[in-house]
Amino acid sequence: MRRIQMTVDGRAHVAEVEPRLLLLHHLRENLGIGGVHAGCNTTSCGACTVHLDGESVKSCTVLAVQADGHEVTTVRGIMDNGLWHPMQQAFHEAHGLQCGYCTPGMIMASISLLKEKPNATEQEIREGLEGNLCRCTGYENIVKAVQLVQQHSNGQAQPAS
Amino acid sequence: MTEAPEKFVGGGVPRKEDPALVTGRANWTDNIKLPGMLHATLLRSPYAHARITSIDTSVAKEQPGVVAVFTGDDLAEEYDKNPQANPAAVTGYDLSLEERSNGGASVTETGDNTGGETVDEKTRTFVAWIVTEDLKVPNHWPIARGEVNFAGDIVAVVVATDRYKAQDALEFIDVEYEPMDVVTDLEEAVASGSPLVHENLGSNEAYTWNLDTGDIEDAFSNAALTVKERYIQQRLIPNAIETRGIVANPDPINGGYTLYSSTQVPHILKAVLSAYCGIPEQRLRIVAPDVGGGFGSKLNAYSEEVIGLVLARKLGVPIKWIEDRSENYLATIHGRGQVQDIEVAADSEGRIQGMRVKLLADMGAYLQVNTPGIPLLGAFMYPGVYTFPAYSFECTGVFTNKTPTDAYRGAGRPEAAFAIERIMDALARETGLDPAEVRRRNFYEPFDEPTTTPAGIQYDSGNYQMTLDRVLELADYEGLRAEQQRRRESGDPVQLGIGFSTYTEICGLAPSQVLAALGAGGAGWEMAKVQMLASGKVEVITGTTPHGQGHVTSWSQIAADALGVDVDDVEVLHGDTAIAPYGRDTYGSRSLPVGGVAVHLAAQKVVDKAKKIAAHMLEAAEGDIEFEGGTFSVVGSPDQNVTMQRVAGAAYLADNLPEGMEPVLSEEYFFDPPNFTFPFGAHICVTEVDTETGFVKIRDYFGVDDCGPVINPTIVDGQLHGGIAQGVAQALYEEAVYDEDGNLTTGSMVDYLIPGAPELPNYTLERTVTPSPSNALGVKGVGEAGTIGAPPAVINSIVDALSPYGITHIDMPASPWKVWQAIQDSQGRDPGTRDADRSGRPSQATDSATSMDPEAGSTNPDAPTGGDRT
Amino acid sequence: MIPLAFDYEVAESVDHAIELLGQHGEEAKLLAGGHSLLPIMKLRLAAPTVLIDLGRLSDLSYVRDEGDHLAIGAMTRQCDLERDQTLQEQCGLVAYTASLVGDPSVRHRGTIGGSVSHGDAASDLPSALLALDATFTVRGSNGERTVAAGDFFQDYLQTVLEPDEVLTEIRVPKLNGAGWSYKKFNRRAQDWAVVGVAAVVERSNGSISSARIGLTNMGSTPLRATAAESALAGADPSSVAEATGSADEGTSPSSDIAASAEYRRHLARVLSRRAVEEALSR
Repeated sequence: MRRIQMTVDGRAHVAEVEPRLLLLHHLRENLGIGGVHAGCNTTSCGACTVHLDGESVKSCTVLAVQADGHEVTTVRGIMDNGLWHPMQQAFHEAHGLQCGYCTPGMIMASISLLKEKPNATEQEIREGLEGNLCRCTGYENIVKAVQLVQQHSNGQAQPAS
Repeated sequence: MTEAPEKFVGGGVPRKEDPALVTGRANWTDNIKLPGMLHATLLRSPYAHARITSIDTSVAKEQPGVVAVFTGDDLAEEYDKNPQANPAAVTGYDLSLEERSNGGASVTETGDNTGGETVDEKTRTFVAWIVTEDLKVPNHWPIARGEVNFAGDIVAVVVATDRYKAQDALEFIDVEYEPMDVVTDLEEAVASGSPLVHENLGSNEAYTWNLDTGDIEDAFSNAALTVKERYIQQRLIPNAIETRGIVANPDPINGGYTLYSSTQVPHILKAVLSAYCGIPEQRLRIVAPDVGGGFGSKLNAYSEEVIGLVLARKLGVPIKWIEDRSENYLATIHGRGQVQDIEVAADSEGRIQGMRVKLLADMGAYLQVNTPGIPLLGAFMYPGVYTFPAYSFECTGVFTNKTPTDAYRGAGRPEAAFAIERIMDALARETGLDPAEVRRRNFYEPFDEPTTTPAGIQYDSGNYQMTLDRVLELADYEGLRAEQQRRRESGDPVQLGIGFSTYTEICGLAPSQVLAALGAGGAGWEMAKVQMLASGKVEVITGTTPHGQGHVTSWSQIAADALGVDVDDVEVLHGDTAIAPYGRDTYGSRSLPVGGVAVHLAAQKVVDKAKKIAAHMLEAAEGDIEFEGGTFSVVGSPDQNVTMQRVAGAAYLADNLPEGMEPVLSEEYFFDPPNFTFPFGAHICVTEVDTETGFVKIRDYFGVDDCGPVINPTIVDGQLHGGIAQGVAQALYEEAVYDEDGNLTTGSMVDYLIPGAPELPNYTLERTVTPSPSNALGVKGVGEAGTIGAPPAVINSIVDALSPYGITHIDMPASPWKVWQAIQDSQGRDPGTRDADRSGRPSQATDSATSMDPEAGSTNPDAPTGGDRT
Repeated sequence: MIPLAFDYEVAESVDHAIELLGQHGEEAKLLAGGHSLLPIMKLRLAAPTVLIDLGRLSDLSYVRDEGDHLAIGAMTRQCDLERDQTLQEQCGLVAYTASLVGDPSVRHRGTIGGSVSHGDAASDLPSALLALDATFTVRGSNGERTVAAGDFFQDYLQTVLEPDEVLTEIRVPKLNGAGWSYKKFNRRAQDWAVVGVAAVVERSNGSISSARIGLTNMGSTPLRATAAESALAGADPSSVAEATGSADEGTSPSSDIAASAEYRRHLARVLSRRAVEEALSR
C-alpha cells in the first residue's frame, strides 16, 4: 500500500492505495465519483476521461499513484458556483448526448481540446475527439456543441444556465 | 389528436434527461453500492468447444477476500429452489418450453429421462421466441456443466469483497479441458459430417422456417431476366458504451429480491428470471437505473443475471457483477451473422416479378431470448418498398461454437434492406437503368390505407416517390453524376461513388396476436398511466424503458399537450417494475408508436373524466363544456371556466364530485396496436474511393426520412444520426472475426473498429410526413431507420465508384484492404491472401450473375475502365 | 482489465532508476507515460513484479537547440513534441509525427522515450527517428553510451537496452531545408498505423541528392527502405514513382486482420511515393 495525496475537483484527498489501483477506480470506488465511467479498459473509448493538471487523460490508463501530488478534475468539478460549464450547456443545447454514458469523458476531452486549440476547425474538432467514442449520436451534434462553445467565447453572449 | 393547439409536440424541447448526464450525476448500475455488497467475477472458457474434465477451486477459495467459489455443478440445485413459483400460465414464457419438455420433443437431456424431477431433467433456456414446433433448444446452464460451447461460456464464479480480489482469485481456479471439434462457419455447420455444437440435438440446424406467396416458379420461368446474388451479413458487436452490470439485493422483509440491471427490458427480464430462478413474480422487482445504451444487446435475460440472483439467495447479501469490455465482447449477444442468397426475376422493363430468399442465420452456441426470431423480422422486409406478385423465403437457424446472436439495432431488417437494396442495383446494372429509375418502376403507388405486401403483411402508409424525389434534389444528383464523369475521364485516382437506399422497416412491435402467431409469446401492448396530483402536477408512468431515446422529454410533451399543462409540470417515471408493474419495454422502435401513443390515450382518458368533473363544478352539461389550452369552459360563456389543475385538485379532495364518481384523476391505458408501423426513406451516400489504397471516405450523406408526425424533431434527428453512424459502421468498419478454433480475434475496442468522429460525416437530413393509420398520433418510430437505410447506401456507393473496373460487389465491412483487393481481382492481378478466408467466413461469390470484365459491368459505357492507376 | 499486483518505486533521478533496476533485476519495468505498458498489464499479458516510475524526472522533459541538432529528453511527452516551436521549425517531422500518435489524451501521457524503448514496429515515432538518423543516449551501471537509431531496434519489442539501462535523450538533426513527410495509413484516426512511411529528402539543383525513408509496421522492427533510398539518390523528381516501387524490398510485413502482407507491401510503395512527393513540395 502506498500513501497518496491528490486534489480532486478542488478538494484534497489522502488515501492508502495499492500501486496497481487505476485512477479510474480510485475516483469511483474510493472517492465515490460516479461521473467517471469505465468503458473499454483498453484506452480506446475515452469514457473515463478526466483532467490531470488541466489536460485530458484516460483515467483507466493512469495509476492512482501516478497522480500522487497532482490535480484531478472530473465532470463534477467544472461547474462554477453551481452554474454549468459552457461545454455542459452546449452539449445540452446541441443535443450532443443520448444515453449520456460517454458524455462526461466527451465533455472533458472537448474542454481540453478547446484549451489547446480555441479556434479548431470542424476537422480539427473531429480529430481532437478521435479518442472518445460515442455509440449514440453519430458525433455531428457533439461537434456542434464544441462549435457552440467556440461561438460563445468569441464574443457572443454566454447561454443562461 | 389533441383538441388543444399543440404547444409542445413537434417542438425541439430540450431534453429533461440531460442535467444529470452532463454533470456526472446519473445513476448507473456500477454506481450502486449497498451495505455488505460482495463482488462476483466469472471464469470463462478459453475454448470454443471442450469437455470440462475437472475443476479445482480449492486454491481459489483460500485467496484473500474470497467468500465463495462455485462451479456449474455447485449451483445446479439452486435454480429450482421453488419450482412451483411460476406456473407456466403466469409468465407465458415458460409455457412453450414446459410443454415441449413434457412432450418429449427434441429437447432430451442427460439423465435417465424417466420423468422424475431431478435437476438434470429439465431443459434450461432463455429462449422465448419459439419460431417452429420443432425448434431445437439446447440446454443452457448459467454456469456450464460438463461442456463449454463457445469461448466465453461461464465455467465458475468467484465472490469476493472487492473486484480486484475477485479478479485475482480467478487465476487460481484450475480447470482441465478436453478440446472438442469446433464449427464456426455456417455452411460447414450444415454440411454432413460437421462437428455438432450440441451432440444431443443431432444436428446444427435449429429450425427451418418458410414463407411463400404467389406462384414463384411461374415468376421465374417466365422472367425476361433474373439476377442472383449472395451477400454476407458479418457478425457485429453491439457495443453499448456502458457494459452490462447487475446488483442483486435480497429483501429481508418480503423474502424477495430486487435486481438492478443495466437492461432495456425490466419487464421481460422479470418474467424470464422469475421462471428461471423460481422466484415468485410478485417477489421480484427489477430496476433499470440509468442505462448507457443498449442497441438490442440489453434486450435479453442473461446467465449473469440468474447467477447474481441465485448467489444473493444463497449467500443472503447483495451481489454486484459488472461486465468488463472483454467479457462484453465474448458474452453479450452479437448481431447479424447471416449468409443471404437472394434472386429476383424481372420483366424486360426491370419490373420485379418474383423474389427468392434463402438464409443461413447464425444462432451461435445457445438460444437467447429472441435468437431464433431475429431473421423472421427480416422475412417480412425483403420485398422492401417494391410490390410484385410472388415471394419465397426460407431461413435455417444454425448453431455454431460462437457467442449467441440476438437483436442488434434493426434486428433482421437491416439484413433484409441490404439484400433488396443491393440487388436493386444489380437489377439496374442488368437492365441498364439508372438505380433511381429501377427503384421508381417498382415502388407502390402512394397509399394511406393498409396495403398488402408480397410477404403477406400490410404496410400502413407510404409515399416512396416523394422521399426519393426529394433526396435526389437535396443531393444534386445530376451535379454528382457530372462530377463522377469528370473524375472518370481525367483518370483521377480518387473516384466518386453515389449510392442509393430506398428502405422501409417494420416498427411498433407489435400487435399481440401477430407476435403470438409468430411464436414470440404475444403481449406486444404497452401501458401508460397518467396521474394528476393534488397540486395539479402530472406523473406519467410508462412501461417503456429508455436508455438514451429521450422518452422522459417526449412523453412529457405528449402528456402536456393532451392535458394542457406545461411540459415542466410533467414527470415521467419508468424502468422500475415496482413503479410500472406492467410494461413491454423498449426495443424494435416500438416505444413511441406503442408506448407514446398509450401516454396520449391515457391522458385523453384523464381529460374525459376531468370534463365530467368540470361540468359538475361549472354547473353545466358535459356536452356544453369545451377544453382548450388546459382550461374547461362553458361553450358561449368563456368566463365560466376552470383549469385542469383546479379540476385535479377537486378530484383529489373529492368533496364535490358527481354522484358515484371515483376520486382523483389517474387513468391507465393499455394500447395493443392493430398493426405495425412502417417508416421509410430514401438515402444517398456519396463516397470518395482512393483507388490506390482502397480507402473510402464518406463525403456526404443525404437522407429524406418519413416516420410520420414528429414529437421532438431534435430527438428524431439524433436517432437518425446515430442510426446512420451504426449503419456506416457495419458497411465500412465493424466485424466480429473468429479464427478457425473459435477464438474471437477482435476481442477489444482496439481490434473491433467502432468509428470515431473523424471517420463519420455530417448528415444532411430532411423529412416528409405520412401519418400512420395504425395509431391515434399517426407516429411510426425512428430508432432503427438509419441503421437499416445506411449499409446498402454505402456499399452501393463504393460499387458505383468502382463500376468502371467491372466490380459488382464488395463485402462488408468494405475495408481498404478489401476494396484494393477487388480492384486487383478486376485486373487479373494476384492480390495474395484473401481476408474472407482468414475470418472464417465463406468466400464472397463476386462473380454472381454479371461479368468480371472491366468493361462489361459499367453502368456507363463511356467511363474509363479504371486502367492501370496504381 | 485489472493488472496483477506489483511493487512500486519512484525514481528520484536517472541514477536512482539505474540502481533500482539493478536491485530488482529483469522482473522490473520502467514506467514512463505508461500508455504502452499499462494496457498490456491490464490484459495480464505482462506482469512485472516491480514498476519503477520515471514520472518525477521532470529534468528529462526538454527540447534543446544544440547547434546542428536538437536534443529531446526521453520523458518529453508526445503532446509537448507536437507543440514545441523549436521542433516545428527545425525538425517538423518529429512534431508532426508525434501529433499522429494515439489520441490527444494518450499524447498527454505518452513520452518519446517510452515509444522508443518499447520498440514497437507499429509505433510512429521510431520510424520517423530512423529516417532522421537520430541517435539515442542510454545510461546504465556501466556508464553512458550513444546508439544510432539504425542499431537500436533488434527484434519484435526488443531493443539494445540492457536490463539496467535507461534511455535518457534522443538527438535529431536539424532539417535545414530538407523536405519531410510522414504518411500514416490507418482505418480510424486513433488506431495504430496499418503502414506508416516517414521520409526526409534533400535536394540540390532540382534533383534529389538523398532520401531517407523509415517504415512503420513493415516487419518486426521499424525499418529503412534502403532499396528505394538508393534508387532515389540523385534521381529526378519525375522518377519518384518508379524509385519508390522498391520501398517494400527487404521488409517482412505480417498478415493480420487489418491487412495481408501483400497489401502492406503495396501500401508501403504507394505511401513512400506520396511521402517523397510531399517532402519534395515542402
